[in-house]
Amino acid sequence: MSAAPGRIATLSHLRQAASRGRKRLLPSQPKILVGLGSCGLATGAEEVFQAISEEMTDLKLPYKVAATGCIGWCCQEPLVDVQFPGTPRVTYGRMDPHKARDLVRGLPGGDLKSKWAVGVLTGYENPVTGTRLRYSKHSARVDGVRRYEEIPLFQHQVRWAARNCGVIDPTSLDEYIARGYLALYKALTAMQPREVIAELDHSGLRGRGGAGFPTGKKWEMVAQQKATPKYVICNADEGDPGAYMNRTLLESDPHSVLEGMIIGGYTMGAAEGIVYVREEYPLAVTRIEGALAQAENAGLLGEKIFGTSFGFRIRVVKGAGAFVCGEETALIASVEGRVGEPRQRPPFPAERGLWGKPTCINNVETWADIPPIIMRGGDWYAQVGTKSSKGTKTFCLVGAVRNPALIEVPLGVSLRTIVEDIGGGIPEGRSFKAIQTGGPSGGCIPESLLDLTVDYESLNQAGAIMGSGGMIVMDDSSCMVDIAKYYLGFLADESCGKCFSCREGLKRMLEIVTRITEGQGREDDIALLEDLGWMVREASLCGLGRTAPNPVLSTLRYFRDEYLAHVRDKRCPAKVCRQLIAYEIDPTLCNGCGACVRVCTSEAILGEKKEPHVIDNGRCIKCGACLEVCQPKAILVE
Amino acid sequence: MGDMPILAGIPARNKWEGRESLIPLLQEVQSQFHYLPEDVLRAISRRFQVPLRDIVHVATFYNCFSLEPRGHHQVKVCLGTACHVRGAQRILDRILRELGMAACGTTRDYAFTVEPVRCLGCCALAPIMRVDQRTYGHLQQSKVPKVLQHYRSLVEVAA
Repeated sequence: MSAAPGRIATLSHLRQAASRGRKRLLPSQPKILVGLGSCGLATGAEEVFQAISEEMTDLKLPYKVAATGCIGWCCQEPLVDVQFPGTPRVTYGRMDPHKARDLVRGLPGGDLKSKWAVGVLTGYENPVTGTRLRYSKHSARVDGVRRYEEIPLFQHQVRWAARNCGVIDPTSLDEYIARGYLALYKALTAMQPREVIAELDHSGLRGRGGAGFPTGKKWEMVAQQKATPKYVICNADEGDPGAYMNRTLLESDPHSVLEGMIIGGYTMGAAEGIVYVREEYPLAVTRIEGALAQAENAGLLGEKIFGTSFGFRIRVVKGAGAFVCGEETALIASVEGRVGEPRQRPPFPAERGLWGKPTCINNVETWADIPPIIMRGGDWYAQVGTKSSKGTKTFCLVGAVRNPALIEVPLGVSLRTIVEDIGGGIPEGRSFKAIQTGGPSGGCIPESLLDLTVDYESLNQAGAIMGSGGMIVMDDSSCMVDIAKYYLGFLADESCGKCFSCREGLKRMLEIVTRITEGQGREDDIALLEDLGWMVREASLCGLGRTAPNPVLSTLRYFRDEYLAHVRDKRCPAKVCRQLIAYEIDPTLCNGCGACVRVCTSEAILGEKKEPHVIDNGRCIKCGACLEVCQPKAILVE
Repeated sequence: MGDMPILAGIPARNKWEGRESLIPLLQEVQSQFHYLPEDVLRAISRRFQVPLRDIVHVATFYNCFSLEPRGHHQVKVCLGTACHVRGAQRILDRILRELGMAACGTTRDYAFTVEPVRCLGCCALAPIMRVDQRTYGHLQQSKVPKVLQHYRSLVEVAA
């Protein structure tokens, strides 16, 4: 019986699609790639794409222009790549429509505009197969532009979960198949469910959403349940402020997540999967819905996948904007159409989850980690990492670093490597103060602990957590009391209100920290905060409440001096807390240009043109607008 | 069935399959009207036999729903951690001052609704804001008036 066109029901169909995909990935004519992830779009990638298309039409160039996802080089967005057959792929950073047109015009004459090039990529490993996508046979150089392997940002990375991000066109099923869906074929046609679980056990993979529960164990629990139907859920409710790993994966490589989920469905005997994704991520929703439709049309979802008796469906549920729904029992309540209030565990969702049935909930990244483990084996995965934390983990390295980026590193790497080598250190003139990991449930780690290795246990001991992967670097311009206040405000807002300890405790903690930042703190406030923090942690039901005091407790542990400066000296050492600072103009530096006068919305800056100006502190609202525009840096914050 | 015309305007992608359809349905209403009008909620309650109390419970729990009418343009200022350490609060304050508002909410002329959001996930471009579908990165206070003016002129053209 011949399959419908486009249907992928056999190994030979898979190979044909892979061959089509390879031709798209390495076409015989030159190809220009534009990174069209959310970050790219926010910096104008759409206009760049448009400009390139128009210029190519005008010049009648037989080149291809294609969208790709995000390779994680966030500080260089918008990114454009030029790929001539047989030569390395050249990456250009911080492009704009004007530069892009110029670039296109130079290409027919072989002018690669190396001044805008930021990196050269000769090939890219595919961890699923162990083969390399080779753009160029020789490690040719382009006018001294560094190869990716020589760039510190990429040198230390091992991109397994993010293997296709920025490499393939996320809207092309064929391009994904050139690098994937082989694991699904292998699992369905050659592995028993218990063999899949055994590989996961060997891999040592732990949940990438933050808590780090062994994935193999979770799958086994669900697989053993007698009750049916069973469900698998992809938790893409990435609510941690300062984290966008899951968004990038869904936007740049949605099929890797679907493939992991289908393998999970087969292994655990589930017939339905749900991707629960934040509605604040509209592009991720579009991409995952597009990928679902493609997989359905190809028969990779639906009945009799790969001609086996296994059938599976996946649907998308959009979150409605509640941080607590990242907690698995709250997420289930939300899917069921109720308010997202967590409930007591046990019973765990593995026993009684969605509609009271066995349910496996894993994070986006965990699902994306599955295909390479199935193809290469658990032992292969476990070769990287530490004794108890195996494999790789994606992180969003943002804040006060030279190269904000989305990175993936082997577990066990040190924080120092991440901040100083990959992140390029702190921008000039500033010094490192802390790195915050794990979002609102995490903590701030000081410089003295920078040599700490990144694994589940070490971070816990330091009072932080692995979390889903946000890493916010803070320099000496961040006030740690203000940071604690920030997280408390967030959590007090997002507390679902079910437990008294969390609902009221966080509010009281916020009041106390707020009055400390306003110079109204009392000597015993610090002890009170510690007491309250302990109470909230011990008396709350879910992960949100139980970890909510971490930002306060960790800053109290490592930055107590800053709290004391606010309480005793009524001083904010980082000059952040508005009630404790004043703006002044240094008359020796001020050239009287008047830029500050023009931007001051409170008419608080006085002075004649070309004469030193002064700030009227009675009127100044400390908005900082003048700081932004003062060229001679004459405005001081005291 | 007097309430049907109200619901007829809502493109129900999924048919009603019980309680789990409530949130997607409310999301569709929200995206169409930019808020949840009371008569629509009452109609949903009657039509699908869900107590109004439950609907309001859901509608007030989740951040994406509003029971108040909203402005033509939705200004969402990201107050994620990366944006916070880069002065996002000052950006938000500036927007409010430019629009003559004392606190977040909707302008009197319904041109803008301003609200903080906790992380739009473009942290490397901090501080950022999103106006309707468009995201603005590497914001500075000095850029705020121009952006708002752009959207203000769109409202005037529409009027």
